[in-house]
Amino acid sequence: MNELSVNHLLGIKHISAADIQLIFETADHFKEVINRPIKKVPSLRDVTIANLFFENSTRTRLSFELAEKRLSADVVNFSASSSSVNKGETLIDTVNNILAMKVDMVVMRHPNPGAGVFLSKYVDASIVNAGDGTHEHPTQALLDTYSVREKLGKVKGKKVVIVGDILHSRVALSNIFCLKKLGAEVKVCGPNTLMPQHIRSLGVEVEHSLDNALEWCDVANMLRVQNERMSTRYFPSTREYVAQYGLDKQRLDQIKKEIVIMHPGPINRGVEISSDIADSHHAIILNQVENGVAIRMAVLYLLASKLKHYSTTTI
Amino acid sequence: MGKKKLLNHKEIDIILNRLACQLIENHDDFKDTVIIGLQPRGVYLSHRLQKLLNEVYQIEHVKFGKLDITFFRDDFMRSDKVLQANKTDINFIVENKKVVFVDDVLYTGRSIRSALTAIQSFGRPKSIELLTLIDRRFSRHLPIQPDYKGRQVDAINRERVIVSWKENDGEDAVYLIQDQDE
Repeated sequence: MNELSVNHLLGIKHISAADIQLIFETADHFKEVINRPIKKVPSLRDVTIANLFFENSTRTRLSFELAEKRLSADVVNFSASSSSVNKGETLIDTVNNILAMKVDMVVMRHPNPGAGVFLSKYVDASIVNAGDGTHEHPTQALLDTYSVREKLGKVKGKKVVIVGDILHSRVALSNIFCLKKLGAEVKVCGPNTLMPQHIRSLGVEVEHSLDNALEWCDVANMLRVQNERMSTRYFPSTREYVAQYGLDKQRLDQIKKEIVIMHPGPINRGVEISSDIADSHHAIILNQVENGVAIRMAVLYLLASKLKHYSTTTI
Repeated sequence: MGKKKLLNHKEIDIILNRLACQLIENHDDFKDTVIIGLQPRGVYLSHRLQKLLNEVYQIEHVKFGKLDITFFRDDFMRSDKVLQANKTDINFIVENKKVVFVDDVLYTGRSIRSALTAIQSFGRPKSIELLTLIDRRFSRHLPIQPDYKGRQVDAINRERVIVSWKENDGEDAVYLIQDQDE
């Protein structure tokens, strides 16, 4: 297979294992490109991409923008706080106005789950979901799984535990889909209050003891507690959460094997992960960030190659 | 219509030896020269030249690399085929080096145009030369000519020239193939 089965990247749920493999193989080539003295290729020089961020983001936005620029695409940026969204414009109107300026692809982050899927039905552009509320964050899952593949050689058969605020985490959901599609075993670990009700229907096991989970796993992906999405208290105190689910050196020393520690960022140091662990050789947090650019280049390249502006049938 | 053999393994052997000698004539001990095989098919030819220079002409330490031009091609989004990349493997800087591009067939010249852009990511070469086994001389879209050529072939557009290598395709040979459907 040398073509994606989809025209948009809306979620890992919508793509196949073969799609994921193709993205990884393409990302391998882009990883080599971004380690060259000159890190730019001209592939997307006649493609215009709009980055629409209706929600705050630092690394995802920078990573997408860098990936687009490394591919020589033209880039326009938009953030909700400084836009006409505040004047009451609808999402479809906003996006159609941007597309009227001849934009080919849209990278969108939005606080509402399903915003990407909704948009893809009404506008004529290739959509990449950069996080939609508590639903999916496909490129994060791809780069996380790619980092596991890079570190451990393969994904199939590896044991991955996702720890923390599973309930509010789009990273957790996308990671579960992605890891399961590539044959990894997945457990989720966290307090009952932060566990979605039907999480077991995704084929994952629930573990409430972090020590047991660490003993079992090859990889631990530590998630941030998303206070900004919490309207009520889900645990008595941060101190109690840290005691139960915070990863520190003492906890890691107790287990008798090397495990890989991941974190999608931003890190709350001293909450879900202690500083010494985040900066230790166990952690591949900065590798994840580097791989993010290669993965996003691969996704944009593969989706853009389906745009086919200049095929003889359209001119 | 079937296929016609243009070169057999003996003729290819003679040509490879001649090309190796021509390279030695111009590059001496290859101190400032790097040889870059263009992915995918030029790499076989560059491996053969590497073996010859090394084993027959005792020139060691010649720097060889592989360059993939997929991301630099000018037909992205223009063809129905999705362009799939191959591995680039250049673990040296080409700044101020004499670069020799190696490819099996020179046809429209567009691959070489892409390679000329792609190599700049690894520095500014002192000069760039082109070595091809087959030169399809009447098919050029761009003003690009080889510096070293194995055999010139006059093929019309609906004919294809296929170079097969023993290590990949079972035999050393060059075929002229006419497409059935045209």
